[in-house]
Amino acid sequence: MIGILAVQGAFAEHGSMLDSLGVDSFEIRAARDLGERMDGMIIPGGESTVMGKILDDQGMTGTIREMIGGGLPVFGTCAGLILLSESVQGGRPCIGTMPIQAVRNAYGRQLGSFSAQSHFGGQGPIPMEFIRAPAISRTAPEVEVLAEVGGRPVAARYGRQMVTAFHPELTDDTSVHRFFLESVVGGVPGAHQPTVCERCRTLSPLSDILRTCPSVAEHKGYYPR
Amino acid sequence: MNQRYGLNKELAQMLKGGVIMDVTTPEQARVAESAGACAVMALERIPADIRAAGGVSRMSDPKMIRGIQEAVSIPVMAKVRIGHFVEAQILQALEIDFIDESEVLSPADDVHHIDKTAFDVPFVCGARDLGEALRRIAEGASMIRTKGEPGTGDVVQAVRHMRAVRSEMRRVASLEECELFEAAKQLQVPLDLLSYVHENGRLPVVNFAAGGVATPADAALMMQLGAEGVFVGSGIFKSGNPERRAAAIVRAVTNYRDAKVLAELSEDLGPAMVGINEEEIRTLMSERGQ
Repeated sequence: MIGILAVQGAFAEHGSMLDSLGVDSFEIRAARDLGERMDGMIIPGGESTVMGKILDDQGMTGTIREMIGGGLPVFGTCAGLILLSESVQGGRPCIGTMPIQAVRNAYGRQLGSFSAQSHFGGQGPIPMEFIRAPAISRTAPEVEVLAEVGGRPVAARYGRQMVTAFHPELTDDTSVHRFFLESVVGGVPGAHQPTVCERCRTLSPLSDILRTCPSVAEHKGYYPR
Repeated sequence: MNQRYGLNKELAQMLKGGVIMDVTTPEQARVAESAGACAVMALERIPADIRAAGGVSRMSDPKMIRGIQEAVSIPVMAKVRIGHFVEAQILQALEIDFIDESEVLSPADDVHHIDKTAFDVPFVCGARDLGEALRRIAEGASMIRTKGEPGTGDVVQAVRHMRAVRSEMRRVASLEECELFEAAKQLQVPLDLLSYVHENGRLPVVNFAAGGVATPADAALMMQLGAEGVFVGSGIFKSGNPERRAAAIVRAVTNYRDAKVLAELSEDLGPAMVGINEEEIRTLMSERGQ
């Protein structure tokens, strides 16, 4: 089960992509949706300023940051990449869990939007749609670059976090979503495996801990890394 | 499909679930951006004032549009008169993100719309029914919106147009394939676009609501009726507390099915724009350009 952040943007397209792969998903619109069981989260494309503001207004930013810190696999496309970046040129960081620097609107206005073909994680080449796209201007040494276009990184992975500056959900090519499900989510020893909460010492799945324990922020290390 | 057109339809997809706000100054644009607008529409006068002032209304001063482009990082749209392809060429030269070929301005051509396939930047056009929507898409529109009745604060026409488009799409979806030829003839639309609607039950581009949206409840109403996002024109900066109202409408679009959230959002917004009823107005803008 994959949760798709649905506060604004092209979230339905990710849902259709997962449908076509036979994977269930649900929309995350409000804070309470974060308590639902999920094996991974997708943060879609859209306007990063809008999504960041709604996440802040609805008190969701810190919870998502904690869930990612606790090992929840996450995949951000375009605006999702910006929201996950630790540092943002031309904007402010939001969730900020991925040690990369993003540059907003790096290719300019809509006339600068373009399509490209490139290899991704050793596969491809695959089609890549860049819509008023961000660039990745810096990466920490531990960050693995998964794809490049014109010598610039356009997809990266850091542990259980993956980002793309382009929109695989707008094409018919399923390689990027499959990579996320198989290599990033699949690397998790079962998101629903019962885990001991270090704070309240109950044995329950992560999603239940997040729903029932009031101090989610203190739940470091309850999730297998 | 032309590659540019694909990219332009995809930009519209990124705006879904968002609110596009009319602004007349860089300051208003910044207010709109920080309230959570997913794009702004730069224009010299908002529809309510255009309606009040009367006379011919045209594309805005490029200097004013540039000022707004510099003020915000979100997409900037601007309006041209129906059929005025030179105004559109000028906006494309400004690298505008989206052109609205709009009935709010005085039409420049009472027969032809702009050939939008000749442009690299995307266009959004208004439509009152499925025929109008598919004709605009055939001309190259990357996004459709209801026409509503701009500048009135009266949502009745946006509702009427959204319902008309949706119910005609349901009817087309239920036809037998051999009936599509006659339907295309009656609607005066290309067969390939009608076949798309028949197969998918939706337009081939994003469909927003526009015209007369003044409250969070109006915005949520349009979303529940099937809009994929909302344009708010006069409703924000003609109201008592624009910042608060703008932010409330943004959250109403995200939480459009959650009546509890909508109740909270609707509290204490100050006076909404006064508005005028459609029976009280002389110019029906939605009848421009069919």
